[in-house]
Amino acid sequence: MVEIKVPEMGLVVLVGVSGSGKSTFAARHFAPTQVISSDYCRGLVSDDENDQSATPEAFDLLHHIVGVRLRRGLLTVVDATNVQYEARKKLIELAKSHDVLADAIVLDVPEGVAVARNAVRPDRDFGPRVVVRQNKDLRRSLARMSKDGFRRVHVLRGDEIDQAVIAYERAWTDKTELTGPFDIIGDVHGCRSELEALLRALGWQVGAAGAVHPEGRTAVFVGDLVDRGPDTPGVLRLVMGMVAAGTALCVSGNHEQKLVRALGGRKVTVAHGLKESLEQLAAEPEEFQRAARAFMDGLISHYRLDGGRLVVAHAGLKEAYHGRASGRVRSFALYGDTTGETDEYGLPVRYPWAEEYRGRAMVVYGHTPVPEPEWVNNTICLDTGAVFGGRLTALRYPERELVSVPAERVWYESVRPLGVPKAGREPGALRIGDVSGTRYVDTRFRGRIKVREENAAAALEIMSRFAVDPRWLVYLPPTMAPPETSTRDGFLEHPAEAFEEFAAAGVTRVVCEEKHMGSRAIAVLARTPEVAAKRFGITDGSAGAVYTRTGRPFFGDGRMGELVDRLREEARPLWDELVSDWVVLDCELLPWSAKAEELIRRQYASVGAAARAALPDAVAVLSAAAGRGLDVGDLLEGTQRRLDNAARFRDAYARYCWPVSGLDGVRLAPFQVLACEGRATAATEPHSWHLEALSLLTGEPDGSPEATAGRLFAPTRHVFVSLDSERERADAVEWWSALTEAGGEGMVVKPVDVVTGRVQPGLKVRGREYLRIIYGPDYTESLDVLRRRFLGKKRSLALREHALGLEALTRLAEGEPLWRVHEPVFSVLAMESEPVDPRL
Amino acid sequence: MLLTISTVSSVTSRPATDLGFLLHKHPDRVQEFAQSFGTARVFYPEATERRCTAALLLDVDAIRLARSRGKTAPDFSLGQYVNDRPYAASSLLAVALADVFRTARAGRCAARPELAAAPLPLEIRLPALPCRGGAALAHRLFEPLGWEVAAEAVPLDEGFPEWGDSRYVRLALRGEVRLADALNQLYVLLPVLDDAKHYWLAGDEVDKLIRAGGGWLAGHPEKGLITRRYLGRRRGLERTAFARLAELGDDVEEALEPPVDEEVVPEREDSATGTDDFTGADVSDPEAPAVAGGPDGRTTEHAGEAPHDSAASDTPDGDATGPDAARVPLNVLRRDAVVAAVEELGARTVIDLGCGSGQLLAALLARPAFTRIAGADVSTQALAIAARKLKLDRMPDAKRARLELFQGALTYADPRFAGYDAAVLMEVIEHVDPPRLPALERVVFGSAKPAHVVVTTPNREYNVRYDFLGEGRAMRHPDHRFEWTRAEFAAWARAVADRYGYRVAFRAVGDDDPDVGPPTQMAVFSVAGERSEGDG
Repeated sequence: MVEIKVPEMGLVVLVGVSGSGKSTFAARHFAPTQVISSDYCRGLVSDDENDQSATPEAFDLLHHIVGVRLRRGLLTVVDATNVQYEARKKLIELAKSHDVLADAIVLDVPEGVAVARNAVRPDRDFGPRVVVRQNKDLRRSLARMSKDGFRRVHVLRGDEIDQAVIAYERAWTDKTELTGPFDIIGDVHGCRSELEALLRALGWQVGAAGAVHPEGRTAVFVGDLVDRGPDTPGVLRLVMGMVAAGTALCVSGNHEQKLVRALGGRKVTVAHGLKESLEQLAAEPEEFQRAARAFMDGLISHYRLDGGRLVVAHAGLKEAYHGRASGRVRSFALYGDTTGETDEYGLPVRYPWAEEYRGRAMVVYGHTPVPEPEWVNNTICLDTGAVFGGRLTALRYPERELVSVPAERVWYESVRPLGVPKAGREPGALRIGDVSGTRYVDTRFRGRIKVREENAAAALEIMSRFAVDPRWLVYLPPTMAPPETSTRDGFLEHPAEAFEEFAAAGVTRVVCEEKHMGSRAIAVLARTPEVAAKRFGITDGSAGAVYTRTGRPFFGDGRMGELVDRLREEARPLWDELVSDWVVLDCELLPWSAKAEELIRRQYASVGAAARAALPDAVAVLSAAAGRGLDVGDLLEGTQRRLDNAARFRDAYARYCWPVSGLDGVRLAPFQVLACEGRATAATEPHSWHLEALSLLTGEPDGSPEATAGRLFAPTRHVFVSLDSERERADAVEWWSALTEAGGEGMVVKPVDVVTGRVQPGLKVRGREYLRIIYGPDYTESLDVLRRRFLGKKRSLALREHALGLEALTRLAEGEPLWRVHEPVFSVLAMESEPVDPRL
Repeated sequence: MLLTISTVSSVTSRPATDLGFLLHKHPDRVQEFAQSFGTARVFYPEATERRCTAALLLDVDAIRLARSRGKTAPDFSLGQYVNDRPYAASSLLAVALADVFRTARAGRCAARPELAAAPLPLEIRLPALPCRGGAALAHRLFEPLGWEVAAEAVPLDEGFPEWGDSRYVRLALRGEVRLADALNQLYVLLPVLDDAKHYWLAGDEVDKLIRAGGGWLAGHPEKGLITRRYLGRRRGLERTAFARLAELGDDVEEALEPPVDEEVVPEREDSATGTDDFTGADVSDPEAPAVAGGPDGRTTEHAGEAPHDSAASDTPDGDATGPDAARVPLNVLRRDAVVAAVEELGARTVIDLGCGSGQLLAALLARPAFTRIAGADVSTQALAIAARKLKLDRMPDAKRARLELFQGALTYADPRFAGYDAAVLMEVIEHVDPPRLPALERVVFGSAKPAHVVVTTPNREYNVRYDFLGEGRAMRHPDHRFEWTRAEFAAWARAVADRYGYRVAFRAVGDDDPDVGPPTQMAVFSVAGERSEGDG
């Protein structure tokens, strides 16, 4: 038995003359999809596997397929003769360009055997000449194939070919089976005392040459243990001991790399604190020097941990390089990405790879001293400049807690002053790839949700031309469906159907909330501008935003700032109640005319004006005709009725309009606390909790009006209904009738507890008069036609948008990066551009 | 909706009820005529020897109309349940009138041929006539035809006097006019005043106009406007997604329309040629509208909320740049200035960020020195217009290969923006809310980081030279979020240059007024260390 070890993820190149048995070998050892053969590709582009004129294009295709597979991290086997250097070189370059390793397996069979095999295959009628030439190429190649750039060249001859067994070697960087918990420690730079203090602060029991954690935690060092500081040997001794004992992992830093080269007698510029390390090590026993050198030399570029959810590399690592192996991967991991420029201190300017990072794995690194560790797109730098008199910092994983100890003193003067913050946080670092094209958004509440490309295109325009800053735009409300259409005389919508639907879905308790007729508003409020800066990254001094269903700010003029300030003032009781210094509220802003006046004038008032101009004249001429004895009776009566309907229609919209001057007359009625620090309350709390919490701001709905006079926040009237009580249902219907007959828009019926599955999160039941605004003045004359309406699409959209909304809030509450919050928010807007019957 | 036609007994001493002969409808009957959108009825509320009135009452069922037309109707309001069509005198009424009074409209009357041929004392009333352009437009259209016009604006809502007048007028026409002419005039002018049609325009629309306009349209002083409006404006289906989002946000649809048309010189009303076609060579485009108009005239016209229809004087870009200047429109001057700037910078590859309808792209394409040209805009509608105007589908391969068009937003970093010698933001920044400008700066100067960036924007100081910018309208375009003085623009540009490592120089575009500066200001940024203008 011959064991052949190939990389678990990488490229395997088979080499052998025609008839050497490559395809048979590949079929025996690899899955059919892993093997890409040149014959197969030739067939794909010519319908003839032996059409040599198709060879160039067949290889174009082969290289393309291999490239895609390697990019996706799949083991790929190339089944082609590959007896010429040029052919192998292209494949090796392909592997390198995807940062994976390549192995060659050579099947070296006697020429005669290959010729004989080909002879019995009618499709290979090219004669022995071809095999002879290929064999000549192979002989020439064998001598120097080890220099081609393969990690290993396995040559199999005779029986070895049949006896070979394939074994897979995991990448050095693959420690995905380790799940921690981990304590990831930033750049130590010879600060032994601070390291020991930090380990103790983290609960470790520390000795001179090792440390253990009573809870079995594993330490992970981000590299740069050495140089500059007072006791590089002490740090090495401790870390080497921990690594040897299996209580720590360590990746290489650029300083270890350089120190190894210096210790090996290579010519290096002795600067950046290397001198101290060399002197300190020289004082150590030779045996320790050798061990330390071997230890540092053996450090690898990065580790993938915890199922791939955590990546540790000294200078960080972009997603395409996770788990990959190549010179440039190592170079990125050790030195980071640079722009090729240097700053005013002569240090290389770093390329801001983290701002572009979109990977799901958390990346923890060091290398660049920062005054304060800061999350950037799920990446964090832990180098807080201990050796420069800063702090030594650790990140507890998965807790995402930062623990640090101060430096005992400045051990080394920094060239670049520490504590100079970066040129300010970059505003709204979103990328077009975060939103454009057909998208699939993973949500925890409804699985993967598809967003169509054309909808994303429409949303992109609205978002970028009209929406508030994406850092404030943390949520957009989902659409809401009405219940099944009512068959009751005179009604299109009625509470009975809503109750029935929820009862059938197993919901026992619902809340009926008054549906305010205004404009939907999302209010994001921070306690102070400092909180806005820290939590939302907004640094222009504003502390909140109030925006519409499509993300547009209310009041383009200066009133926005005043509105936010007054709301923050009124929202004070919430900070203690929620233990949060920011909150997102779902509200209705009143009056409707405050935002929609232009729409009301153009659409609604305009129709009313035309009706009131035309219908009296029509009634007059019909009356005159009737007076002449003409038979226009029905027509006259119908026109008279339409005149009445027109008046009711006018009253229906006029009820929701009142003059606003400045903020006088504006009210904001909140009905749900969407999120606050650490909690996406919309996804976790029942509506009883929401209404209770909000009553702190609005007062009780039935309380005295004086108590809330002068406030912006207005209460939302509501009743709770146990669906198994006929009486409570009847009372709620009564309540709805009274509300709508007095001109109210209607109500929203919601299951009190958070629901999942196919249960609608809410159903709106609109009043009879209000629906004139929706279906036209005369809709009550055509109820039979209007009852044929189709709710399916609206209901499905409501569920998907609801899941996207909750996803956005949960990502926000969990502190995920901006692009992750923006993705589902953008998707809601995209879905809202779907053509759905807008009357529903 | 209602139309009444009255006549009184005249010197011919014929009884007024002869109107029944002329209309071919008996004064003592109620007659019904089914229409595709409802029912038309003709009856006579008065019929005496002295005075006779015929009423055409059209019953439109808005719900059935909305259900059957849906979103594909050319007039979007037909898809709405809340619809003025059942009340207003629109093209629906015009079509019913043409159908019901077909013979009368042709001027035929076997019983009273001399009456059909002669002018009659007529009185026509329309209680709710939608009139885009207000009562004044009704006067301008009917008075030259010999009518005495009484047009009274209908208030929008008596309960909200501050809302002002609606777009409807109560119209009464009095005059001695041949009945057939009167009917034909109404047939043409109702949809013209409404500026909308309920049906898709087919090829025979021009023939209909010529037939109905025979004898009176050719000499009408407003024939340009009548022709343009009658032949309608094409509206794209892509607007439905927009309409939906507008409604959601309690917005009116026009507020969301892309500001692409700002760059188009509005055609003069008496002329059928516009600047619709950038390529110029191909004026006999068989697919081009017979009369210029297209989607391009529309926004320009609506944009200003002009009291009447004379859009040409309403947009600075259509105006000459000063009383003495040759009448080169500002948008042309600006485009030429930008092209000159990028040429001087030695740029070979240029990206037009916010390319709109592609005016600058056309100019760049015409110069072979520019080897690679890209246009990006956030509006897919603008891109579709650009593709059409640039005749992308018929462009020779070699030219086509130099051009790329794609949707992109300046607030999202985009790798496709990178790799050009120069980026142009021509009249773009003023469409971005000031709080979002830092994001745009980062995307353009920080992420795409071309060697040169050319930015133009209006100079607010110059606005005093525009008569139309008076009370109630402070900026040159409704979508402008700000207009800067020279000092404000310079301060912004210098700060951006500092932050992102550029140097910046300023230029005037158009008549450089000694007091208020030029109408358009330009900043030319060059990466520090790069050759820039003035360096030789």
